[in-house]
Amino acid sequence: MENFASILVKSIFVDNMIFAYFLGMCSYLAVSKNVKTSLGLGIAVVFVLFVTLPVNYLLEMYVLREGALSWLGPKFATLDLSFLSLILFIAVIAAITQLVEMVIERFSPSLYNSLGIFLPLIAVNCAIMGGSLFMQQRIGSQLNGMGDVLAYALGSGIGWLLAIVGLAAIREKMEYSDVPKPLRGLGITFITVALMGIAFMCFSGLKI
Amino acid sequence: MSGLRKFLDKIKPNFEEGGKFAKLHSVFDGFETFLFVPNTTSKKGSHIHDATDSKRTMIIVVLALVPALLFGMYNVGYQHFLAIGQDMGFWGTFFFGFLAVLPIILVSYIVGLGIEFIVAQIKGHEIQEGYLVTGFLIPLIVPVDTPLWMIAVATAFAVIFAKEVFGGTGMNIFNVALVTRAFLFFAYPTAMSGDTVWVRTKGAFGFGKGEVIDAFSGATPLGQVGTATGPTADIVGTLGEPLNFWDGVIGLIPGSIGETSVIAIALGAILLLVTKVASWKTMLSVFAGGAIVGAIFNWIGPDTAVAHFPWYEHLVFGGFAFGAVFMATDPVTSSRTETGKWIYGFLVGAMAITIRVLNPGYAEGMMLAILLMNAFAPLIDFYVVDANIKRRLKRKSPSNLPQGEALERS
Repeated sequence: MENFASILVKSIFVDNMIFAYFLGMCSYLAVSKNVKTSLGLGIAVVFVLFVTLPVNYLLEMYVLREGALSWLGPKFATLDLSFLSLILFIAVIAAITQLVEMVIERFSPSLYNSLGIFLPLIAVNCAIMGGSLFMQQRIGSQLNGMGDVLAYALGSGIGWLLAIVGLAAIREKMEYSDVPKPLRGLGITFITVALMGIAFMCFSGLKI
Repeated sequence: MSGLRKFLDKIKPNFEEGGKFAKLHSVFDGFETFLFVPNTTSKKGSHIHDATDSKRTMIIVVLALVPALLFGMYNVGYQHFLAIGQDMGFWGTFFFGFLAVLPIILVSYIVGLGIEFIVAQIKGHEIQEGYLVTGFLIPLIVPVDTPLWMIAVATAFAVIFAKEVFGGTGMNIFNVALVTRAFLFFAYPTAMSGDTVWVRTKGAFGFGKGEVIDAFSGATPLGQVGTATGPTADIVGTLGEPLNFWDGVIGLIPGSIGETSVIAIALGAILLLVTKVASWKTMLSVFAGGAIVGAIFNWIGPDTAVAHFPWYEHLVFGGFAFGAVFMATDPVTSSRTETGKWIYGFLVGAMAITIRVLNPGYAEGMMLAILLMNAFAPLIDFYVVDANIKRRLKRKSPSNLPQGEALERS
């Protein structure tokens, strides 16, 4: 239990997808104009991460890594399919994103409309792909077993969600600021994200 | 005085539209309103005038900072003469500190106000008074031995990228003085941490030179606790004498210039609270957050010296008190809703102690804790307002009204 909590907190704050790795920036910058929409996108990202990472973990353990296919018979024990991991991970993510899209369209058409193109684009969101690849890298060292992977998936998703709603609230507040003309829009957002990154440095090296 | 007024009136036409120096209008205006109360009145509509404008607010904060500055100057001299084993008397000690701190204040004001003036020229508006406080805060939160060029670079960075690009005074998201401190901390870590930067061992303008005595150690109390290897640590002063809670309150210990004395900070806090410039809610909840989280770590924390450091000493050593009184209460960058202030303050205190205890890289957590909560203050506000709206809608919705009234409305 303590182990899960530690992985969760670490992946939310220390290994924050936005401020530690700057992953998933395109939708982060584009959909962070107001809090409600960004909360919706954030929850979608949490959900997609939470579903794709376990599936990709199973793929990695029983299909991709060296010796993973030994359950098929001794002939396959030396097979190493890890060169396929990028393609397979992407396929899984794309399929699950389709699912999420259908669910959101059915249950919340207004959120579906405000997310627009960025919902299908979660399929190629680097935060999701990054989550899978980090997971693959850390199997055996930090992540042992399905529970750890689920905690890691939830944590990285929540970290991303926290970052995007935080930025969205700042941008809502900045509506009334007298920002110099050339910087309005994306320019000032980049500067804000950089300053938030400095504030998030307090977590780098945190020991839990 | 009237001579000065006449002179200003005489040269004024030069700075108005069509005059010779019309481009320098904002500079002239800044000086004029600095010297005299402006006599412009509104001509249309009804206006309510309050005695408190932003200039007065800023001046009150500056006054509140004066005790911390004076004590800081004395402490700089005091630590210096302890380190070189001389006794110069009260005024000699103070004078040394004055000489050591003055260049930092000058650099901070010249660089910051310079940028402020230039931006005002470009934008064509009046010079904003926000930098008065920022420029005063920066010297108080840096170690006395920080090279002046570093302060200049960091101040320029913070004023441009944390303030002017957001639209100037009152629009910034992050506390400008803290961004300066964070920039210094991350860009020049060797000049901002360690054991040698907190006490000035060389002279100031040739005054107070001497050899450092053998017993000298310049580590701050929190630095000693943070780097201790055992489960407990004894904190010592500059000459190795043991320190207790009351040394932290009085503040004759190594540290950043203005942060050491809780008494001097408390004087400022009283002024800020009496004039209602700072929110007592934020201030109180920062201390509450720090105390509660500190006590939790004392109780079930990891087995390190800093986790065993008593919670009440966490509140008086390092920059905790200074941050709680002067930084966390900044009305621009903290939460603006009343409920939000409680949440914001509590999280600042809690994060500060958490960083101190759990992050071996940073002995002092206050700066980063406040910056982090600056980033999330708008979010706290958003949800406080949102909850308020929802509550009131619920109160007014037909299902909550008495039967008859609901029917009438429908």
